[in-house]
Amino acid sequence: MRKQNQEKFRWNRKHLLGLKDLSRQEIEFILDTAGGFEQISTRSIKKAPTLRGKVVVNLFFEDSTRTRNSFTLAANRLSADVVEFTKKSSSVSKGETLIDTARNLEAMGIDIVVIRHNAGGAAKLLSRHIDACVINAGDGFDEHPTQALLDVYTIRQARQTLEGLKIGIVGDIAHSRVARSNIWAMTKLGAEVILVGPPTLMPAQVSRLPVRVSYSLDAVLEELDVINMLRIQFERLGSNPFPSVREYSHFFGLTVDRMKRAKCDLTVMHPGPINRGLEIESQVADGPNSVILRQVANGLAVRMAVLFLVNQGAAEQAKKKA
Amino acid sequence: MAEKILIRNGRLIDPANKVDRKTDLLIVGEKVAKVGAVDVECDRVIDARGRIVAPGLIDLHVHFREPGDEEEETIASGSAAAVAGGFTSVVCMPNTNPPIDEATGVEFIHRMGRQARKTFIYVMGAITKNRQGVELAEMGLMAEAGAIGFTDDGAGVQNAAVMLCALKYAAMLDCVVAQHAQDDSLGRSGVMNSGYNSTVLGLPGIDPLAEEMMLWRDVQLVKKTHVRYHAQHISTAGSVKIIREAKEMGLPVTCEATPHHLLLTDDAIAEYDTNYKVNPPLRTQADTQALRQAVKEGLVDALATDHAPHLQSEKELEFLAAPFGIASLECALGLYVEALIAPGVLDWPGLLALMTYRPAAVIGVKKGTLAEGDRADITIIDPDAEYVIDADKFVSKSRNCPYHGRRVKGRVEKTFVAGELRFSADR
Amino acid sequence: MKVVMDEKQIATSLVDLTGRIAAAVPDGTDIAVIGIRSRGEILAQRLARSLSARLGVTVPCGTLDITLYRDDINEPRGNTQPTVRSTEIGFDINEKIIILADDVLYTGRSARAALDALIDLGRPKAIRLAVLVDRGYHELPIQADFAGCTVDIPGEQTVEVRLTETDGIDQVIVE
Repeated sequence: MRKQNQEKFRWNRKHLLGLKDLSRQEIEFILDTAGGFEQISTRSIKKAPTLRGKVVVNLFFEDSTRTRNSFTLAANRLSADVVEFTKKSSSVSKGETLIDTARNLEAMGIDIVVIRHNAGGAAKLLSRHIDACVINAGDGFDEHPTQALLDVYTIRQARQTLEGLKIGIVGDIAHSRVARSNIWAMTKLGAEVILVGPPTLMPAQVSRLPVRVSYSLDAVLEELDVINMLRIQFERLGSNPFPSVREYSHFFGLTVDRMKRAKCDLTVMHPGPINRGLEIESQVADGPNSVILRQVANGLAVRMAVLFLVNQGAAEQAKKKA
Repeated sequence: MAEKILIRNGRLIDPANKVDRKTDLLIVGEKVAKVGAVDVECDRVIDARGRIVAPGLIDLHVHFREPGDEEEETIASGSAAAVAGGFTSVVCMPNTNPPIDEATGVEFIHRMGRQARKTFIYVMGAITKNRQGVELAEMGLMAEAGAIGFTDDGAGVQNAAVMLCALKYAAMLDCVVAQHAQDDSLGRSGVMNSGYNSTVLGLPGIDPLAEEMMLWRDVQLVKKTHVRYHAQHISTAGSVKIIREAKEMGLPVTCEATPHHLLLTDDAIAEYDTNYKVNPPLRTQADTQALRQAVKEGLVDALATDHAPHLQSEKELEFLAAPFGIASLECALGLYVEALIAPGVLDWPGLLALMTYRPAAVIGVKKGTLAEGDRADITIIDPDAEYVIDADKFVSKSRNCPYHGRRVKGRVEKTFVAGELRFSADR
Repeated sequence: MKVVMDEKQIATSLVDLTGRIAAAVPDGTDIAVIGIRSRGEILAQRLARSLSARLGVTVPCGTLDITLYRDDINEPRGNTQPTVRSTEIGFDINEKIIILADDVLYTGRSARAALDALIDLGRPKAIRLAVLVDRGYHELPIQADFAGCTVDIPGEQTVEVRLTETDGIDQVIVE
């Protein structure tokens, strides 16, 4: 079945801006494609010539070590050249604008821009103003599509399918792009998503999203097949969404104790980096249910697939134009 | 010898005097000399068959950016845009750079307005020094220099005691105190309406309560002081309710509505188009409906554009970083027609009332009527002309107009200010 | 449409190929068959089976996906979009003689890509190319070591190999 679907399907997108607008078929196609990249990382020559001569720019306006490294490595493994461009973004309207920065880079002949930005919509904005492919590596609270793709890839690997699974996403949903992309991807692939966290960390009108909401982890813990623990964002402390880390951990931390009450095959995920002992206890993070390191490994395959596909999408569109 | 201009065969609508009939109008010099059949030799005759002849339109809320941001708009370019939109009087907001918070600033705006020789310009001064919301600005001296009201527009006066003080003080000046109602503790970091769309787009929201709480607070202060208070650009169904209650109590509270809050919702932001970024933010369908209902019930005293020009380069920024504002002075009439006349909320006399004598009453000036002896501020409108809004053809310096490409009906043909033809569409 | 090989001719040709490959492999050398996705995959499986029987040892069989090594990845031609699938080679290719199997040898570009892909996986003792049909008109200096049948088919025609496992019939046709 999967094979047949693949043969009829054509990938046409030159940007990956978010998962909200992707169809189930497109998401599955990315995951299937990522499968073909997994073995590159396991062999002695961890490189293929696919993107030889292509230039990928990591345009990062926000601190990020792992996502940037993962993209760099993914691009390197496909033989692309990588230019690192890190800049603290300013919220003021003076100085070089995002568009100008990107146009300047483009003038140097680049093919793919991987952008991380503190403003929601930055990737979309960029895609409207440059010819190069744009991959969203996280924009504000909007989306972080490659993280969600590697999350569902990992779940598929662990559970074969997402169809019918109950997946809990625990933490600061309001300020999480990971949560948003996860919601789109997981629900499109047939899972039921339950958002768990204090009401102050839920976004406005959350009930209109295709999800269930619970303010109590304990109330839903036993029915979950997969749990994705979001990282506590310390910068939110003091702006009152929650009084203290201690109180947060008490209600929403994934502890050994809570694991005893969960399904024995609960799949435990975390987008990293982990705050050990806060949102997740070390024994759980390192325990048999955890797929946290698989997520990191899969991130590489997924990002290689995305780099490959946007390049192919660009070629498709160029062909159509000609 | 003063010039005699005859406007013939038009449908004269003068809502204040309950006039709506086909008749002629004679301008002599700066004044309306006669309404009705005219039998004198004229220097110029304008055939207004099929056209509406109305009192010159009044806009209570424009930003002409001068002094400080002349690259976005100047008083000259803004004035030209105003008459192109049919507006013979506009009220400039004080949030310039530096802000208009003392008499010299008021005089400067007036002088530049006179030099531009397009529309008539009124000024609202700032309520507080440097619009900081802390110390009262020299409201008395500004009033003496001609300011017709006060506002810290762009921000609300956060501190209730300061606002109470401003209202009390304004009683002595017989000026209106206007408010951009927004409680910063609920709304400061937001860039769009707080709701489903802000959740999906991952943008920080401005809760409707931010507006409603300050508006409610102000109404309580007006209850105590009985000073004329004007709620600027109300945007939510909750605000409509508060205004309704205030008016039922007989308080001297007025309010205005903008074209964008009557027409657009936050669904428009789906692609992060910053031309839809405006403050107060675009709300929901329920809110636009409530606003239209308020207009229908007569709760809204004035239609105002909140013309807020910005540079293209600024609007090309990330949604978080781009400035708030929509430039709509030149296409406002067609938008009001779409929002209010097309769905049957108002007829032409009703619409023109909210653009002429009623806004004049808000700021306490005697304008917006077309009786014999009145100043000849006149707008001639072709109510059936359909056209596509083209922001690139604006005489305003800015192009931040989300209506670019929109087809509207109702076009300003000629604008007279004090008997002088200051704009003509066929020119 | 013209049938170039029918079921019987394909069977004969495979027996012949098996014999020639077996004869060319020195005693005591490890041999494995790797098919190029997707048509070479089945051919490789058949060859591995027949070689195992002939040589009396289990000849391992794998599948190589060459998409990432194609030279037209940035300029897709025709109506098919190259799709990445997994390479499935469950054995070490170092020091083995690898029989690289494909259905048709035409431009030689797939074989070139396959050679690069294989070399990134290890260092085989030798690589030999086995195809069912060599239709000529090569664009690269690549020749088949073992060809089931050699015909000259001009470029405007297509050669299609149909195999029972996927198409329900064994035949080679020209269109």
